Amino acid sequence: MTTTTIGDREIHVDAEGFLTDPEEWDAELAEKLAAQIGIEMTVRHWEAIRLVRSDFQSQHESPTVRRVSMLTGIPIKDLFTLFPAKPAKKMAYIAGVPKPRGCV
Amino acid sequence: MTATQPLIVPDFDTDTSGRTLAIICSKGNLDMAYPGLILANSALGEGVTAHLFFTFWGFDLITKSRMRKLKFTPLGNTATHMWQGLGGIPGMTGMATKRMRKAIASVDVPDVPEFLDQIVASGGHLWGCRMSADMNGLTEADLRDDVEGIISAADFIEKTAGAQLLFI
Repeated sequence: MTTTTIGDREIHVDAEGFLTDPEEWDAELAEKLAAQIGIEMTVRHWEAIRLVRSDFQSQHESPTVRRVSMLTGIPIKDLFTLFPAKPAKKMAYIAGVPKPRGCV
Repeated sequence: MTATQPLIVPDFDTDTSGRTLAIICSKGNLDMAYPGLILANSALGEGVTAHLFFTFWGFDLITKSRMRKLKFTPLGNTATHMWQGLGGIPGMTGMATKRMRKAIASVDVPDVPEFLDQIVASGGHLWGCRMSADMNGLTEADLRDDVEGIISAADFIEKTAGAQLLFI
């Protein structure tokens, strides 16, 4: 087990920095995690992140970009703008869930 | 044992920047349409630039009149583990195609046209092969609107200088 300190909080993470205990996550932490990877959270970012959280809770799996787009109605192109280059991993990181394992 | 480290943040920026994948899609069977699209989609999701060149039978994937009619046949494919003669029975191609479409949909993977929509929305580039177009008497009007052009193999090689190349 590894921990890291984000702001003044100590959180449990895997080797790459993804949260390993979803219970440690809250909105304030999400803003800080986003800032670590150069993202300033807006209402639109939150729409995607909330979906990632709720979908993970019900499916026990992190959603892919395609799934986030289908369930939120946010076009894929916009997800690439909101979370540049690696949207699925960035969304998972901010939402405090594991990296998605789906292919598509 | 818990090890506290000051700051662990995923490295999202450095490992793929500047990487380009060039994928040559030469097959028009339903089953062989997918590998190139899945790899292109995965590459784009990792911040890798992707160019797809559709040639020979692969031209069907971007041809409006054909892209929704790709088929799968067990004939000549020993990996289906069926008696090969079965593949030649009338109606078998249609049945096998239907089953494969169902299996693909069951894992939430879209049909080829929708998959290409997603690839383009993710920043992927689609190119048609000049020779394939000329052989079949097709023009850009016959292709998906988001195909960026019908180009020669030489042009594609030029456009993808330095890229990693996949032939499917």
